[in-house]
Amino acid sequence: MQSASRNGFGAFLYDVFRWNLQGGLGLQIYRLLLIAGMLAGLYAYSFQAQHGLAVTGMNDIVSWGLYISNFTFLVGVAAAAVMLILPAYVFHDPGFHRVVIIGEGVAVGALVMCLTFIMVDLGGPLQAWHLIPGIGLFNFPSSILAWDVLVLNGYLLLNALVPLYILYNHYHGRKADEKKYRPFVFLSIFWAFSIHMVTAFLYQGLPARPFWNNPLMGPRFLASAFAAGPALITLILAIIHNVTNYKIVRQVFNKLRLIIVVSAIINLIMLFSEIFKEFYFPTHHSISAVYLFFGLDGHDALVPWIWTSIGVNLFATLILAFNPGKNNPRILLPAAGMLFIAIWMEKGIGLIVPGLIPSPLGEVVDYLPSWVELCVTLGVFCLGLTVVTFLIRAALIIEDRYEQKH
Amino acid sequence: MTHPKSEETMGKDDIVNNRTSRRNFLKGLSIAAAAGSATLMTGCIPDVSNASSEELKLKWQEFFKKNYRLMTQEEKNATVNRLEKLAHLRDGLDVQISSQAPRDNVLYGYAFNITRCEGFMECVTACIKENNLDRKTDTQYIRVFEMEPGQLDPSTGNGKFYHEVPVENKFYMATQCFHCENAPCTKACPTKATWREPDGIVVVDYEWCIGCRYCQAACPYFGRRFNWGKPEIPKEEINTKQHYLGNRIRPKGKMEKCTFCVQRTREGKLPACVEACPTGARVFGNLLDPDSEIRFVLKHKKVFRMKEELGTDPKFWYFID
Repeated sequence: MQSASRNGFGAFLYDVFRWNLQGGLGLQIYRLLLIAGMLAGLYAYSFQAQHGLAVTGMNDIVSWGLYISNFTFLVGVAAAAVMLILPAYVFHDPGFHRVVIIGEGVAVGALVMCLTFIMVDLGGPLQAWHLIPGIGLFNFPSSILAWDVLVLNGYLLLNALVPLYILYNHYHGRKADEKKYRPFVFLSIFWAFSIHMVTAFLYQGLPARPFWNNPLMGPRFLASAFAAGPALITLILAIIHNVTNYKIVRQVFNKLRLIIVVSAIINLIMLFSEIFKEFYFPTHHSISAVYLFFGLDGHDALVPWIWTSIGVNLFATLILAFNPGKNNPRILLPAAGMLFIAIWMEKGIGLIVPGLIPSPLGEVVDYLPSWVELCVTLGVFCLGLTVVTFLIRAALIIEDRYEQKH
Repeated sequence: MTHPKSEETMGKDDIVNNRTSRRNFLKGLSIAAAAGSATLMTGCIPDVSNASSEELKLKWQEFFKKNYRLMTQEEKNATVNRLEKLAHLRDGLDVQISSQAPRDNVLYGYAFNITRCEGFMECVTACIKENNLDRKTDTQYIRVFEMEPGQLDPSTGNGKFYHEVPVENKFYMATQCFHCENAPCTKACPTKATWREPDGIVVVDYEWCIGCRYCQAACPYFGRRFNWGKPEIPKEEINTKQHYLGNRIRPKGKMEKCTFCVQRTREGKLPACVEACPTGARVFGNLLDPDSEIRFVLKHKKVFRMKEELGTDPKFWYFID
């Protein structure tokens, strides 16, 4: 990699793409698998575009399914980058300062997935331009969905442009001027909280759905995201530590574990508070919770799902809290993975689907995603992973060269 | 590219009969090009490869039109014109689409007599026919519930009764869009594609709707229906007397709902459900007219509304004789 003498944005882009085509056999196989996943998603989506959303498992009662569930969960993952930005820039932690760029890459990937999930869920994707302020007709500030469009795109810009500025300077061997980007970093910290809260308000603001119309929704979003997001980042850091020569200090993993444990415990306390409210004195507003946890009128598709999620969540939280392996990664990493999956199960399908069941007129149906939804979802995940891999690979090569120089 | 040319020389009926083979052709085409983004376009804009140039031009103009509320009367006439032409070109249908504005000093209200309804479902059938509702998924704006004595909440009733009615010691309650004055659905829509007209009717601009279904989640009365696929109606049963905001055939992927039969009521007629009801359980009229039947009911009967605690202020009342 001797192209350091070349200058300008063109060279920067050229190298970024060049690095993302090169790589060892393992990396190429991984890329091919991602491309295969995306092609499967594209095929399924073309089928959906042709026949309409009728090919999904959704209907007038369960009108949001796997897509919106994943969207909701991934907003949390996107915002979790703040758990690296905050220690790095506010507490000036040197270990976090080195990995913050990875967190931002994950945030961009998660946001790309969020926006793609929204797009594939639309009945009229070609009319999406109606949402663009100026050209379209934006129902702001009345519609929370309009707010969500603004905050998600704003957060995407913040998390893409700040690292771009830093990396662009580092690519040319210059120091990035912290005075210039620092205000945007602080803005992105507040913005991260706002994407959580606004997405929670999307559901929280609907009196038609008592299961969602709950003031704990926003805070619980934050707690669960600050557990699941750093859990995912821990796994990604471990992979980077093992497969690249960008080494990450032990201390970062220990601090991330503390962040995860505190957030996961707060999340479980709030979950307990919600369950208490629903079941100590059940009213007809508790009926969605009854459906979720115990089933209703013979419909119980989500019962094993939610109890698995809660069981795995508790187990993983206990392991991370008591740390039986004394920081042994072979115990902590699977626990982080389990926690991530448990929160995905609960904050995705476990939150969105029961909010719509039963219908406001009391009808109970079960929801099962169709093969189209599963393939499109797989495709979107592969797209997100591709974006994350692309950004992090470029970032790490630039940072590595910059560190060697200085 | 011989298709468009040969179609021009075909008669109307040939084009209609040709539709199935055209669809098969498209299906094959899309499977062949499955991985390419070209398929996405054929999926989203059906029949691109086979449409005549006039059809394409009309569709192109339709694609960039404004939200209905921002259109001048000329623009409304133009889009109505295009939609009528498209219905003719695509399906060989001669439809009349009205863009009739709300009448002055009119605010529609509806009352439902629980004592009289006997669950015959004539209203449901009339509504399906009048409003060109999708027969494939059996879309219904009106739901009728068979209720046990001692209950007044339709969510406790049975919405799927298939037996002879009326049943001894049961009563019947119907629901539909309640046309709330403080409607959660219009507040939720991110693109202002649904709104409450000055005469109180909550409508959807089908072309402006992006199909996000946030309004459906926001409605506490299950008043909205989504076109999950392309609506299918036997050609001979299509009601060709249509309104832009009412019963014209919806594109796939768009929200729809009861419009108090805007195509009828703005012409001074009663909604199809009211006209069809054999027991006289349904009362419809102008709330601003002190001599209307609806005002009589509100003044002299004991009325109530569903989920009053939500503060949605529906324009639909239940009453007991």
